[in-house]
Order: sequence, then C-alpha cells, then structure tokens
Amino acid sequence: MRIHGMRLLNLVFPPRPKSAAIAKERLKIVLAHERAGSHAPDFLPRLQKELIDVVGRYVEIRDDMIRVSLDKAGETSLLEINIEIEGATPAPARVSQA
Amino acid sequence: MAKVVAITSGKGGVGKTTTAAAFAAGLALRGHKTVVIDFDVGLRNLDLVMGCERRVVFDFINVINGDANLNQALIKDKRNDNLYIFPTSQTRDKDALKREGVERVLEELKQQFDFIICDSPAGIEHGAVTALYFADAAIIVTNPEVSSVRDSDRIIGILASRSRRAERNEPPVETNLLLTRYDPARVAKGEMLTVEDVQEILSVPLLGVIPESESVLRASNTGTPVAFDEDSPAGRAYLDAVARLLGEQREMRFVQPERRGFFRVLFGRA
Ligand SMILES: Nc1ncnc2c1ncn2[C@@H]1O[C@H](COP(=O)(O)OP(=O)(O)OP(=O)(O)O)[C@@H](O)[C@H]1O
Ligand SMILES: [Mg+2]
Repeated sequence: MRIHGMRLLNLVFPPRPKSAAIAKERLKIVLAHERAGSHAPDFLPRLQKELIDVVGRYVEIRDDMIRVSLDKAGETSLLEINIEIEGATPAPARVSQA
Repeated sequence: MAKVVAITSGKGGVGKTTTAAAFAAGLALRGHKTVVIDFDVGLRNLDLVMGCERRVVFDFINVINGDANLNQALIKDKRNDNLYIFPTSQTRDKDALKREGVERVLEELKQQFDFIICDSPAGIEHGAVTALYFADAAIIVTNPEVSSVRDSDRIIGILASRSRRAERNEPPVETNLLLTRYDPARVAKGEMLTVEDVQEILSVPLLGVIPESESVLRASNTGTPVAFDEDSPAGRAYLDAVARLLGEQREMRFVQPERRGFFRVLFGRA
C-alpha cells in the first residue's frame, strides 16, 4: 500500500534529478570545452568580424546575423558558422572542419 | 633520492595546508626524514597548523635572500625527530619567491631529506606555479564540489605543461588525486559527487579519500597534524594515503556512510 502511494506521489511530483548527477554533467561539458585548448576561442571574434566583411560584400548583413562557435566532440572539433540571410538568398551555410 | 611533492589545488580553502601537514607527519612516522615548506608567502599558516608558530625566527625568503642559512630557519618538530618545518615569510612582496633562489634551497634540502613537501598557495599565479615547478610528484587536493573539480583540472594542465619536468621533456610529474572533506552520507543521498565521479572526470590516479571530520578542526586548534591523531577517521585516512604514496596497497576506507553508530569499514576499490 505504501509503495503504491509512493509511486502515485512520484507520478504527481516527479522526483528531481539528484544534484550530484547534475554537477557531474555540467563539469563534463565545461571541462571538455576548457581542455579543447584555451587559445582556440581567442580568434573567434576576429573570424566573425572578417566573415561579416566578406559576406557583406555580396548581401546585406548585420552583426547579429552571423554566429560562430567552436565545439568539441571526442577527438574532433567542430567549427560551426551560421549565417542568416534575409530575402531571396540561399539558406544558412554550414561549414565544418576536423 | 629525495622526492619533491607539491600539494596543490587551484581553489582556496580545500585542505592543502591540512594535507601538507598530515603527509609530512605521516611520512616522518614512517621513518622518512621529511621537511614541509610553506610556499604561501604573505599568508603564513603552516606554522600554526604544525604548532610551531612561536618558534619562527628566520623564514624561506630570508634563506632565499641569503640573510640566514638553512639550518637557522628549519624548525625541528618536538614530537618526531624526522620532521622539520620551513615557515614562509609574511612579506607582501609576492615576487619574493625567485625561481633561482627556490631551486638553490631545494637542492640544498635534497642533501638532507627524503621528502620535501611543498604547501602551495591557492590560485594559478606566481606562488602556486613556483610551488609546483620543481615537483617530482603532486597531490591534487580536491573537494567533491564543482568549482574545486574544475580548478583541479586547470592545475593538472599546468603540471603537464609548465612544470620543470614538462619544460625539460623529462618523465611527467607523478600526479595523484586526494579527495578531501568527503561526506559519505551526502554522497549516498545523491547530494555530493562520488569518488568515482571525480576520478572519472579528472582521470588521475586516486591516492586517497579523506572524510569530512571534526577531528581536523580539533587538530588545527591545538597545532597537531591530524595524522598524529590515530583515533580520528581523517588521521587514519591520511596515514593510508601516505602508505599508498610509499607504494603500498591499502583498501579505501571511509567511503561508505557509518551505520547505527558503529564504525563500519567497508571496502571500496583500491
Ligand atoms: N577533512 C576535513 N574535515 C573537516 N574540515 C576540514 C577537512 N580538511 C580541511 N578542513 C578545514 O578546511 C579549512 C581549510 O583548510 P586548509 O587551510 O588546509 O585549506 P587550504 O587549501 O590550505 O587553504 P588556502 O587555499 O587558504 O591555503 C580549515 O578550517 C580546515 O580545518
Ligand atoms: Mg593553505
């Protein structure tokens, strides 16, 4: 009877994930980024600025329409560049690099 | 061959000085001639934890600057003949720890001692890097808590890239994890990272787990390294860790919650 009560309780109020498990996940993600090399992200702002210059020669573009990010999954790094172009122009470009 | 062991963490207040004092005492108890050096220039505290604060005349910086010789500055422990304390100075000049001077002093200490334990300041600045630069082995003191684990990861990176061994392409600094202030009851409730979690994240060999224990504050109140208190769980956990540093196999204790008031010793992984 008590066990059923507990189950019902869990159904109505799902148990929160344990905080230690959340801590572990967050640590894994932040350390994966930090270990990827603390120099890498330094060039991202410059890259973003130069991309805006280049793309801006062909289409109208604002600063907030380009997003550059560097991700690491296992042994490979993924440089992701998202360019949003309004009007009758092609869809967002995606470039990836090992 | 003398061994230089750095006690480091990145984050402050995690238990480096407690650990440096306990390891020095434990190694001395095991018959090794040991000196423990305070690298925390400006914030001298090892003298208090070791209970020799009233006997400090000359310090590390005096010896580096040639104002005193080594044997004038070393304080011989009154409880154990193998144990010596080398206090730091209270100067506010953070750059007083010159690398060449530190090297010269360490070389001289190596002639007399088996183990040279370096108690690092917090942070990743000059003092902390100097404390680990000459290390043969390092003990990364970590609490089961997110900021401590992250800072430990930074320090492990610095050991691998900026120590003298790294710069000279010598075999790397032997790097070990010591998890301190571990509370098995909170771990069991899922409120605290487990030993396995921290070890998996940092992936360095585990030297020991020191439980959160009232005996640590009691020991520092009286100026007694906690490893001299063999009745306390923390003292015994430190003695186990010292044995492992000496290459012995010891089962991990104090990683399971105590039950019904009895002191339960359960065996985890080595
Ligand atoms: N296992 C433990 N159980 C309970 N308290 C502890 C334990 N280890 C350390 N402490 C307490 O934590 C506090 C900080 O310890 P300690 O001075 O050794 O840290 P630290 O890393 O040297 O600090 P700092 O970075 O300022 O040099 C002290 O009050 C100490 O008594
Ligand atoms: Mg300290």
